[in-house]
Amino acid sequence: MAEVMLAADGTPLKRSLARALRRQKIRALGLIAPLLLFVLITFIIPIGSMLFRSVENEIVSNTLPYTVQALSSWDAEQDALPSEDTFQAMFFDMFIAAEAKRHTRLGTRLNYETTGLSSLFRQSGRKLDDIADVSYEPLEDLDKAWDDGETWYALMNARDGTDESLLAEQRGRVARLTDSETLGDINFAPDAEVAALLPLAAREYTAWAIYVATQDGRDPAARDPWEAIAPALALDLQTADLSGYDGPAADMLRAAQDANLPAPDFTAAFAEIDEDWGKRVPWETIKTHSGKFTSGYFLNAVDAQKTADGMAWQPENKQILITLFGRTIWMSMLIMCSCILLGYPIAWLLANLPMRQANLLLILVLLPFWTSLLVRTSAWKVMLQQQGVINDVLVWIGLVADDNRLIIINNQFGTIVSMTHILLPFMILPMYSVMQTIQPTYLRAAKSLGATNWTAFWRVYFPQSIPGIGAGSILVFILAIGYYITPEIVGGTKGVFISNRIAYHISSSLNWGLAAALGTILLVAVLILYWAYDKIVGIDNVKLG
Amino acid sequence: MGLPPYATTGQRIWYYSFRVICGLIFFFLIAPIVVVMPLSFNAQDFFTFTPEMLRLDPEGYSLKHYEDFFTNPQWQLAMKNSLIIAPIATIISVSLGTLAAIGLSQSHVPFKGTIMAILISPMIVPLIISATGMFFFYSSLGNWMENTLGLDKGFVGYVKVILAHAVLGIPFVIITVTATLVGFDRSLTRAAANMGAGPVTTFFRVQMPLILPGVISGGLFAFITSFDEVVVVLFVGSASQKTLPWQMFIGLREQISPTILAVATILVVISIGLLTTVELLRRRSERLRGMSPG
Repeated sequence: MAEVMLAADGTPLKRSLARALRRQKIRALGLIAPLLLFVLITFIIPIGSMLFRSVENEIVSNTLPYTVQALSSWDAEQDALPSEDTFQAMFFDMFIAAEAKRHTRLGTRLNYETTGLSSLFRQSGRKLDDIADVSYEPLEDLDKAWDDGETWYALMNARDGTDESLLAEQRGRVARLTDSETLGDINFAPDAEVAALLPLAAREYTAWAIYVATQDGRDPAARDPWEAIAPALALDLQTADLSGYDGPAADMLRAAQDANLPAPDFTAAFAEIDEDWGKRVPWETIKTHSGKFTSGYFLNAVDAQKTADGMAWQPENKQILITLFGRTIWMSMLIMCSCILLGYPIAWLLANLPMRQANLLLILVLLPFWTSLLVRTSAWKVMLQQQGVINDVLVWIGLVADDNRLIIINNQFGTIVSMTHILLPFMILPMYSVMQTIQPTYLRAAKSLGATNWTAFWRVYFPQSIPGIGAGSILVFILAIGYYITPEIVGGTKGVFISNRIAYHISSSLNWGLAAALGTILLVAVLILYWAYDKIVGIDNVKLG
Repeated sequence: MGLPPYATTGQRIWYYSFRVICGLIFFFLIAPIVVVMPLSFNAQDFFTFTPEMLRLDPEGYSLKHYEDFFTNPQWQLAMKNSLIIAPIATIISVSLGTLAAIGLSQSHVPFKGTIMAILISPMIVPLIISATGMFFFYSSLGNWMENTLGLDKGFVGYVKVILAHAVLGIPFVIITVTATLVGFDRSLTRAAANMGAGPVTTFFRVQMPLILPGVISGGLFAFITSFDEVVVVLFVGSASQKTLPWQMFIGLREQISPTILAVATILVVISIGLLTTVELLRRRSERLRGMSPG
């Protein structure tokens, strides 16, 4: 039988089958692809962006690129303060950041790590002009032409050769700082000769020109540069050898060099702006958090902090997030247990009643399941208030004095009661579907063998219903730890969950990195639970309604 | 399940007390929802029963909270938004979801487990986390659409919320439709093909009518998910996309007005309608499947 079996069209059967199978696979994938793409773009990527944001920390190196570079050589253990170079780099970084209004953002970011940095950055941003004036005013006094933007443009703009690498570098700097596109024609290119002669001034002028052209949409040729150009020029002139230079403003430059154009003492000037700059704390914070990625948000999420010498825990009384995680888990367990206690008898009753009656009673379970979450939450608000239905009834019966009404809302009790009610159907339905499969004959057999009612239930019925309890419990627990709406409304301050904290950091404190880190931790916890659920019950067995 | 005549006193006591306990639990389940309804007819702006209401005095009841709901522009805007967003989101998730479910139910699908996990994930991930992720991503997506594509701000707002809601509804469509397809007899499509019907004709004339109950109940789940959703819309939407649950949420958190109870009652009535529809569809589906050969 060496002969190959052929299909009707003459191709070997094996190949023909493989082709048919492949076509089938492609068709199936073709049907799935649009949805898969849709879910990937609208859901998976957003979740991924959250995970990324929980470790992303580019703001420090984007806002203060030269400072971060200068700080890398600073030995925080030994030296008292960073070098003058670092202060100088800080001045130029901060000047353009302040013009772009980015320094306050950085201050807010660093304030998560060290309190007080937000106001330090905000206030320093306003006073940078004072430092610049140390050089700017004398320069202006030397020659009025320095006050004119055209003088600078003529000096800096390319004549024979362009310093392309400086231009590209500065385009990148401004792009990262402003978080926007800086390509396109800016009507300026740094002159290679001047860039070599006056590196700092050329650098700052180029950055300015790019900023003005791309962010403000103005022509740099017609604008006056920022005052920061003067200190840059002063620093360059201290070492520049002007003897071979005969380009534009050559005489003015020589005059300025001969007059010993004063450059600011940046270390002293910063200390004068705010004495905190003369301390190690802000510099240590910047150095510690200068990496492009940080574990800082995750450490914050578990009440720890990243410091110059590694990780440090918050003092015991300030550990709010750990407490909150603990409370979330603890309250979810309580809710899960009360759901088991309340759900088990109902599921048992439904499974053991005749079909017709069971279906009628099932409606009582399904109606809350189908009712809007907001409706159920508002119902509980109505029930639990101090002037609410439960208190009214208790007063009316006489169990509670009118002036001593129970406080059962805006605390943990309120959250537990209302969430038990909201999640109870999720417990009953899986239990019910498992109990339906338990044969009533087993119980009868146990009893006929002499077991009491209790033994028959505990030794025969209960073990068979455990899968239902497991499925319901995991489902309820997973749903409970991620709940937001109900705790927000009936939980007050004591009955809220970690999700309320996430929402707070997203919408009120704007500490998005921390919100993302908290979310990531919660997501990991939920995924682990789902993995367990899948192992025990199987995701495919999720049934609805 | 009845009590046998030879039951001892202890068994009798247990039998009846068990019934009472179950009765109390059912009461716990249903009472909060029932209490809302009469309170929504309160003539006062209170959240409790007034003495007039308890005396069943007509003076104590009024429709003013319903009137407020139907005339207040805030509530009307919220209602309008809900009725724009939920149906469009449902159409997107049902159409894409049904196609994918048909693809998934074929016999040789590579990476079926992974694909299924991805498609189900919007239901698994807690809403607050989905909302956080979407908040970051959709704000940059919105900026891009406004600045690069030059679209209208209000329109972009709706697009963002609709996309977010559509993806949240997809797992429900996938689950219900694949469940219906499990019982689908493949020889029917082969028979149709045998008699000369193209794939499209087969789909609309043979497959669709049979899986329609599953599709509709999946659609209802998707609709209710969007209609009832508040966390994601709070994070992704802006005030002009305020939906009904959002307005209720604000009302519950800030100034609590009894109009919420009127809205709640309307929503309960709607959910009773939906529950009935799903139940009828389920029965029809079972009947149809019982009839189909194989």
